[in-house]
Amino acid sequence: MLGFAFRRLLTAIPVVLIAVTACFFILRLAPGGPFDQERALPPDILANLRAHYELDLPLYQQYLNYLWRLLQGDLGPSFVTKDYTVGEQIAIGLPYTLTVGGLAFLLAVVIGVAAGIYGALYQNKGLDYVIAAALMIGLVVPNFLVAPILQLVFGVQLAWLPVGGWGDGSWPFLVLPVFVLAFPHAARISRLMRGSMIEVLNSNFIKTARAKGIGARRTVLRHALKPALTPVVSYLGPAAGYLLTGSIVVEEIFGIPGIGRYFIQAALNRDYGMVLGTVVFYMLLIVLLNLLVDLAYALLDPRVRAR
Amino acid sequence: MTSASSSAPLLELTGYSIRFATPDGEVQAVSGLDLTLAEGETLAIVGESGSGKSQCFNGMFGLLARNGRTEGQARLAGADLLALSPKALDAVRGRDMAMVFQDPMTALNPALKIKRQLSETLEVHQGLSRREAEAKSLAMLKRVGIPEAERRMNQYPHELSGGMRQRVVIAMALLCRPKLIVADEPTTALDVTIQAQILELFRELGQEMRTALVLITHDLGVVAGVADRVAVMYAGRIVEEAGVDALFDAPAHPYAAALLASIPRIDRDGGSVEAIPGRPPNLIHPPSGCPFHPRCRFADERCVAERPPLEPVAREGHAIDAGRRVACWHPFAAARAGSAAAAPTPEAVLHG
Amino acid sequence: MTLYVDKREALEPFAKHEADAVQGKPRSLTRDAMRRLFSNKAAVVSLVVFVLIVGTALILPPFLPYDYETPDWAAFSAPPSVESGHYFGTDQNGRDLLARTLYGTQVSLLVALIATTVSVVVGVLYGAVSGFVGGRVDAAMMRFVDVMYALPYILFVILLMVIFGRNVYLLFAAIGLLEWLTMARIVRGQTLSLKEREFVEAARASGVSTFPIILRHIVPNLVGPVVIFASLTIPEIIVTESFLSYLGFGVQEPLTSLGTLISEGADVLEVMPWLLLFPGATLVALLLSLAFIGDGLRDAFDPKDR
Repeated sequence: MLGFAFRRLLTAIPVVLIAVTACFFILRLAPGGPFDQERALPPDILANLRAHYELDLPLYQQYLNYLWRLLQGDLGPSFVTKDYTVGEQIAIGLPYTLTVGGLAFLLAVVIGVAAGIYGALYQNKGLDYVIAAALMIGLVVPNFLVAPILQLVFGVQLAWLPVGGWGDGSWPFLVLPVFVLAFPHAARISRLMRGSMIEVLNSNFIKTARAKGIGARRTVLRHALKPALTPVVSYLGPAAGYLLTGSIVVEEIFGIPGIGRYFIQAALNRDYGMVLGTVVFYMLLIVLLNLLVDLAYALLDPRVRAR
Repeated sequence: MTSASSSAPLLELTGYSIRFATPDGEVQAVSGLDLTLAEGETLAIVGESGSGKSQCFNGMFGLLARNGRTEGQARLAGADLLALSPKALDAVRGRDMAMVFQDPMTALNPALKIKRQLSETLEVHQGLSRREAEAKSLAMLKRVGIPEAERRMNQYPHELSGGMRQRVVIAMALLCRPKLIVADEPTTALDVTIQAQILELFRELGQEMRTALVLITHDLGVVAGVADRVAVMYAGRIVEEAGVDALFDAPAHPYAAALLASIPRIDRDGGSVEAIPGRPPNLIHPPSGCPFHPRCRFADERCVAERPPLEPVAREGHAIDAGRRVACWHPFAAARAGSAAAAPTPEAVLHG
Repeated sequence: MTLYVDKREALEPFAKHEADAVQGKPRSLTRDAMRRLFSNKAAVVSLVVFVLIVGTALILPPFLPYDYETPDWAAFSAPPSVESGHYFGTDQNGRDLLARTLYGTQVSLLVALIATTVSVVVGVLYGAVSGFVGGRVDAAMMRFVDVMYALPYILFVILLMVIFGRNVYLLFAAIGLLEWLTMARIVRGQTLSLKEREFVEAARASGVSTFPIILRHIVPNLVGPVVIFASLTIPEIIVTESFLSYLGFGVQEPLTSLGTLISEGADVLEVMPWLLLFPGATLVALLLSLAFIGDGLRDAFDPKDR
């Protein structure tokens, strides 16, 4: 198991390297420098600025310097906000993003797995269609359309929940953003779960288990659940990535001060340093989450470990 | 063990039918089967795929697909399995009767260790603790001839060979010492040498444990050394039922004769194998009269018009054999006809 | 009804499927697929809805009493009404919402079309080169595709946005550059299987350059995958566009798009709900119909069913 983890870690390194390199060069090669869109600066100040951010160095030198600092955990400076580095801003926003994202992840998995198992066990019966229709909406309707409608209904008309903001971080503030973020993924997970559960329930080893007379409950929970979960688990890596990036728009809609909002602001302000730092951070986080999911996958399926 | 209860059969199927609702119509997979099995007896059910031989026992075990329905009665030691609630059926499955499936590669759960899959049966049916159950499971693994059984217990199915896995499946079936084991094509997916070993294992266990065995197979060659009796199924019905020697000696039904002729043999010069012409019948719109008539070279008008009942028949020059029933208007026609005259003896088949 | 969880899953069979023989076959295959598609009720209804929306968006605007950018001084923030001719109502600036919605639909579709075209072209070329050259180059190129799959697309989109933000059409051409991965895998699979065919061998033996031959022979085999790919990519891009416009990055005034309209509508949902509901409903109708069409197409062309 430890060897497996180590091998996966090794294969993640090129992914990270390519991602960081791509981000770095896309932004550095962008037409126009980071300070172009501000009022024309006096040449000497501009030169100072460029020197301060090492933009006067040859490109490869900038790249190597960036990589070197990244290795030490430094995500680089913001070009606009002078008071905080990228790392500091992320440190401020991360707890909010992780709270919303983590809860949404749990909710998506719980709803998705439960709905999927239900759908597989009661195929093509009334409630299965109702669930399918609800999840279909989740799959197709984008969250920036669902969110305002939910805000109107639950926040304004019924006034059950706050329309947005973080408040004291108590659950009423979390309900809508977490739900909006989780819903499409609950839909995807339930589709995966339903399909794989149906497949597993039709498999021979389930027939063996049923023939042993160990009971329907035990058959589903002990025998079918684990193998049926494998496609779901392999989706969780990408799902964690989608949730993280999906939280960008959810944080914006609900006014949650997470890293997604900083990211949007930085992009709108063309704060190249902040954009680069945030994207790199997101990538690292996503690669890390994928790695964790791979390990979970290996725990579920003994055949994977051998490879 | 035999004398007291021998009056009532262990398993008794009466008017047993299985139907599947499909978009194209209703499939009559098994039609009005009557069959009995005594304690400790080994019965082979033989037929082509689609003859209903597997579905017959899947239905008894409550393992039919969602669109399947059973009718009639299937009594195991007096209790009608078809009338049991799912819970009551679960109390019987695995304890009083067990099943060994065709493909050992897929019959075991890939995600669970061997010991879990074995011992849970004992935990559920006999209320044993995990430790007791694992000890008994280990003993059973050794009994079915698995080397290094202690190590195997902690392995996953993918780490075992096909023959080894089939032994595990057999051990699993035997754990609760059931009165009846149904083995559905237990050797089909295995190499020839392994096949012989597994059949040998069945024979030993049958003698040792006095367990009744139903051996479902499409291969009459498998039957010869193991079974006491044979029931040949075609299109969801039994067309011939006989003692194994009597059947191999002279098959009464043309289909049984054709199956026998399709076994590769060494005692026949040339060793040619006769394939059965035609295709298995459509079970949504079965043929009129005798279902085998479109493929039977002895068929006449009566066979087309009227379905023959399954009843005892006499062979010329022999007394009526009470244990032998045939559903044919022209029994022993094949035996009289030239080509299939030299039916193989069970021994020849076994060693061939 | 099986909506596919993602595009990659939906198209994966095509990447593994062998290319068909070339002479004459593709046409009959397409006809066969069409027959299957038209026996799928959900897909047919969706096709009608889709054609209706697109047709209306393209044809109707000149016949409307109002255009999408001129304010009607008599009707600011007016709710939908038949008498005034503002069937969908107007916005705060007195602009007719029906005209704006139709115009926004046009822009959204155009943007999606650009990105999809770019991604198909890039995917075909990348996949064909990778499959044709083979060996280590192929392995490296496909490894790159795998890495790209692992990275979140929307982050790259925002990066591109920072760079191309001033020109929407250029931005979406760039987004097309991110969408080609699945297409490349399909084309590579087909190229690999074609490379071994006799006529390619023969061409090679007679000294003709084989790459154009392969490219020419792959194209008919790509009808199915490309159509499905497009039907799954167009909604994806429409959502991406809406997402960016919603965040304030995408389409800027005086241009408008469904996403921009939704974003504007969301701000005033309490007082002028129609500003969100009409563009929102249009977007949902587009996405739903495309989802069912894509699904029906996938089933119709499924190489496993042949």
